[in-house]
Amino acid sequence: MSQADRLNPALQALALRRADDALVLGHRLSEWTGHAPMLEEEMALANLALDLIGQSRALYTLAAELEGAGRDEDALAYLRTEREYSNLLLLELPRGDFAVTIVRQFLYASFVDRWWRAGVASTDARLAAIAAKAEKETAYHVRHAAEWLIRLGDGTAESHDRAQHALDRLWAYTGEMFEPEDAALVAAGICADPPSLRAAWNQDVDAVLAAATLQRPRNGWMQTGGRQGQHTEHLGHMLAEMQHLQRSHPGAVW
Amino acid sequence: MTTPAIPLWEVFIRSRNGLSHRHVGSVHAADATMALQAARDVYTRRGEGLSIWVVPSASITASDPADKAMLFEPTASKIYRHPTFYDIPDEVGHM
Repeated sequence: MSQADRLNPALQALALRRADDALVLGHRLSEWTGHAPMLEEEMALANLALDLIGQSRALYTLAAELEGAGRDEDALAYLRTEREYSNLLLLELPRGDFAVTIVRQFLYASFVDRWWRAGVASTDARLAAIAAKAEKETAYHVRHAAEWLIRLGDGTAESHDRAQHALDRLWAYTGEMFEPEDAALVAAGICADPPSLRAAWNQDVDAVLAAATLQRPRNGWMQTGGRQGQHTEHLGHMLAEMQHLQRSHPGAVW
Repeated sequence: MTTPAIPLWEVFIRSRNGLSHRHVGSVHAADATMALQAARDVYTRRGEGLSIWVVPSASITASDPADKAMLFEPTASKIYRHPTFYDIPDEVGHM
């Protein structure tokens, strides 16, 4: 067994985690379709959702290939239960108002864009190829969410309060993003270790919050559990809706 | 939704090097930066663009439709302005 083969189970779990992140957030964004505050932003949110769902497809395909158990991307997305999902809790929370959606997008994209950027140099060619595509998409997610956040924070009293409230509410979910990745994968140069990205993330976030006249919440107790399948009450409801068609009509295709 | 507080912007997109920017439509946005993003998100979803311009719609001075007869009809009879009466030598190629 080569060293690469020995890392396969860990790489499979990594691909699944990141696929779950992308799919869950993509689904939450897609919930805005038909409900966004203006047509232009509805298109923008749908574009972000499609970027993320596209990333999840590539990652699920990689995970399925490494698993080698005959499951495909659809089986992984539609036929796993809540406890088998390993996404970050931050991403499964309800979409909330527009401020919650934008704050979450900003906090997460600012992290994952740096993670993908480092991933372009991954020693695993498959992951590097996914990173090269994802990095360009998430770079725009950062820009779009940051520009909105600055305008919400530095906008009206109402938009400022909503943005600050969203930030205060979501902050306890940001710690989970920086939990260490599998040490063997990091050592093999397959992916960046999230703790190493924290200082840069802090700088990025502080700069935008300052421009948005928002107060950075204090780092207190941080929520965790998503990576182990321990989710908030919201994921089950989301999956029930997302998986309903495939579960009612197994194997249904367009 | 109509939001009168949010200004309208005209969007111009250049699809390839060597071509000029063409008007493709308009977007609502609070300012120029957001207008550029809205234009990107609404009008370049299928790989249409390499470059985007946005211009405040209010900055455009337009001709009055009531002046149509005065401005444009006199040209209808001046067919000699069209280049169709000239023979173009083959060596010139595409014009």
